Amino acid sequence: MGRTSTLLLSAAATVLAGTMPALSAWQPQKPIEFVATAGPGGGTDNLARAVQNIITKHKLVEQPIVVVNKGGGSGAEGYVYGKASAGDPYKVIFGTSNAWQQPLVSKVAFNYTDLTAIAAMAQDEFLLWVKQDAPYKTAGDYLKAAAAGEFKMGGAQSKDTDEVLTRMIEKSGHIKLTYIPFKSGAETAVQLAGGHLDSHVNNPSESLGQWRGGTQRPLCVFSPKRLPQGAKVTATEGWGDVPTCVEQGLDIKQYEQPRTVWLPGKVTPDQAAFYVDLMKKVQATPEWKDYIEKSSQIDTFLTGDEFDKFIKEDLERVKQVAGEQGWLVK
Amino acid sequence: MDNLGELLHGFSIAITLPHLALMVIGVLLGILVGVLPGLGAPNGVSLLLPLTFGMQPVSAIILLSSMYWGALFGGSVTSILFNIPGEPSSVATTFDGYPMARDGRPTTALATAFGSAAFGALIGVILITFLASWVAQVALAFGPAEYFAVYFLAFASFVGMGGAAPIKTVVALAIGFAIAAIGIDTVSGSVRLTMGVDELVKGVNFVVAVMGLFGIGELLVAVEEEFHARAVSSKIEWREVFRAIGRLPRHSVALLRSAAIGCWMGITPGGPTAASFMSYGIARRFSRRGRYFGTGEVEGIISPETADHAAGTSALLPMLSLGIPGSATAAVMMGGLMIWGLNPGPMLFVDQKDFVWGLIASMYVGNIVAVVLVLLTVPVFAALMRIPFVIIAPLIVIICVVGAYSVSNSYLDVVMMLGFGIVGYLFKKLFYPLAPLVLAIVIGDKAEDAFRQSMLMSKGSLGIFFANKLVTCLIVAGIALLLLPLVLQLPRLWRKPASAATETTAQEAAREKVII
Repeated sequence: MGRTSTLLLSAAATVLAGTMPALSAWQPQKPIEFVATAGPGGGTDNLARAVQNIITKHKLVEQPIVVVNKGGGSGAEGYVYGKASAGDPYKVIFGTSNAWQQPLVSKVAFNYTDLTAIAAMAQDEFLLWVKQDAPYKTAGDYLKAAAAGEFKMGGAQSKDTDEVLTRMIEKSGHIKLTYIPFKSGAETAVQLAGGHLDSHVNNPSESLGQWRGGTQRPLCVFSPKRLPQGAKVTATEGWGDVPTCVEQGLDIKQYEQPRTVWLPGKVTPDQAAFYVDLMKKVQATPEWKDYIEKSSQIDTFLTGDEFDKFIKEDLERVKQVAGEQGWLVK
Repeated sequence: MDNLGELLHGFSIAITLPHLALMVIGVLLGILVGVLPGLGAPNGVSLLLPLTFGMQPVSAIILLSSMYWGALFGGSVTSILFNIPGEPSSVATTFDGYPMARDGRPTTALATAFGSAAFGALIGVILITFLASWVAQVALAFGPAEYFAVYFLAFASFVGMGGAAPIKTVVALAIGFAIAAIGIDTVSGSVRLTMGVDELVKGVNFVVAVMGLFGIGELLVAVEEEFHARAVSSKIEWREVFRAIGRLPRHSVALLRSAAIGCWMGITPGGPTAASFMSYGIARRFSRRGRYFGTGEVEGIISPETADHAAGTSALLPMLSLGIPGSATAAVMMGGLMIWGLNPGPMLFVDQKDFVWGLIASMYVGNIVAVVLVLLTVPVFAALMRIPFVIIAPLIVIICVVGAYSVSNSYLDVVMMLGFGIVGYLFKKLFYPLAPLVLAIVIGDKAEDAFRQSMLMSKGSLGIFFANKLVTCLIVAGIALLLLPLVLQLPRLWRKPASAATETTAQEAAREKVII
């Protein structure tokens, strides 16, 4: 309840801040720490550093910003740090849907309710990838082949977004897959290129180079409609040419990885509003558009009630899968 | 040779005045971050990264990679002078480097380390130049079973031939595996061994462990034994620098063997840490002076340093051609590549020829710049050994505390580092070997992940480790290395079974002093 009112307040403050940015009640008085809940080089780290650069370049904040990596325990290290920093508005935590998914399936010492939600700034899409020389051309062919043989599906981490999606594919396609967890999507992509796996569900940026290099190709995208066309990736195809999975008879309409921004718990609505406003300003810059395009993500901005609704819906979906698989803790 | 032409073109990009200046700046900054433990190469590179966004990608990568070379060299300095390895891959250098420096020969130790490191790096670059496409293919053949086999080989080559009692080695390994298991498990996703401490979910960082085990542990022993570094002559010994370099060719067998191990581990991709341990272990077994290893042997410095740099250099290839970063620093650089608008992957070599070959050419030039600069600093660093122990000891404590804290700005890490210091001290006093402990901490969890991934793939059958020629060879080589000392012992035991017991305690004590 406390959280809902905070959200409402911050939403209200956002409206105010949006119309009259100069009147923003709170301004940072000392350096700000950006906490990336991932190691250097990963998607979350790239986001934190891109935002830092944009803010510095456009002088959106007077104070200096440092990026710290706390990626231990699949990101839990960073969230636990955020929880321990309750009331400190100088720590901004960058993460993914891990913030609410991880506490469901492992005994980590935080929950997303310990943090103050600021925004979801970008959505990473998921695609079904197979090796370049695999015989199947569509998701339908893939499902048929998987039903007959024993297929190995790779992914980043265990009981995380990739495995949840894998289990959803199993259920929807009436097949059985052996899921092999690796440390990262990049590692998984190399394993598929080497023929040690049959498929994976990487984000576009994790397999872009591999697709262009002709070691693997996407069968379909888990999105309600096709991705924006953009530049061609290979000689003949771009992201917009990849059919949706629903088109091809794999009935999973939508599955996305939001890139999320948080403050520690117990900060004032003014402070939360300042950062919501700041992230909006970041999103309006040409550098942000450039970052989104280069990392092949979808530009979104969810905050306040909308973000809350998104989290609740996603939680329901993950809870269902996790419950069926017996992953839920406690 | 197509590649040769490309390389010459690369040189025309790399050898320009601005790029040479960038190399010098990068190397100097790198030496600085390498020498200051806790800063380290990955942090240094990420601090510099934002400055490169306005640059041409090829200039940016030259600056960052030069910094990487500088940091690799700088990291060996603290390992040798103070027994504090700044990077996992320079742990093995402490085994003989530190005893030699303590023995009054810091100049020799540093010059030998730098000379052999440069040799290793050179071999690594040559390999990249001529075998780029082949190497990329080799790396693709590595699935979980092959990864496990490589780690197994690294363990096998190191374990079982130390001077320590085998059972003590096993104990040290087991403790190391337990420490490596702390945190979130990749394969099951569950939290392990955090003992109710929330923050331990991140696991135990390597730097925290080695700073305590080596830096603080050694300090405690030194305080107790009223250790004083043997007086180092006060004049700056330029001639010794060249003499040490001049002596390197005498150890050409060790150099070549270590470079081969390094290149192999760099591309396969076992990484520089596994490479340096394995190279040290194999050198100890096959060198004529193997039993003196751990007391300040020249080959004990050459072997890990050469392999470390050969692996570190050739590990950049999988990063460029496959998009797998071989180390934390490579991961930061990869992030940089994407921000500059380049996509690491198989197409980089086709789309971005100028960039790739400019980088490779800069690796030749950058390493030469680095080794020259770093050799110039040897007498300065060696002079540090002349500072009295009463001043240097508190400095080491400060370095270790700051280093442990700056890993992830956490006080818990400082407490853990001090705890590891006590463990290190106890290990020394009780003649337990530290090396297997560290090896298990560094590659224990990777080996475990690879083993369990293999088991998932094969549905629990060990047959996967003999499923193809590559993995079978690796496993058989590992088993052979593991059993070799046993087999060599057999005839001796058989001939005079009683003599083993007659070894006097004095001899035993003398031998145990050499335990590392």
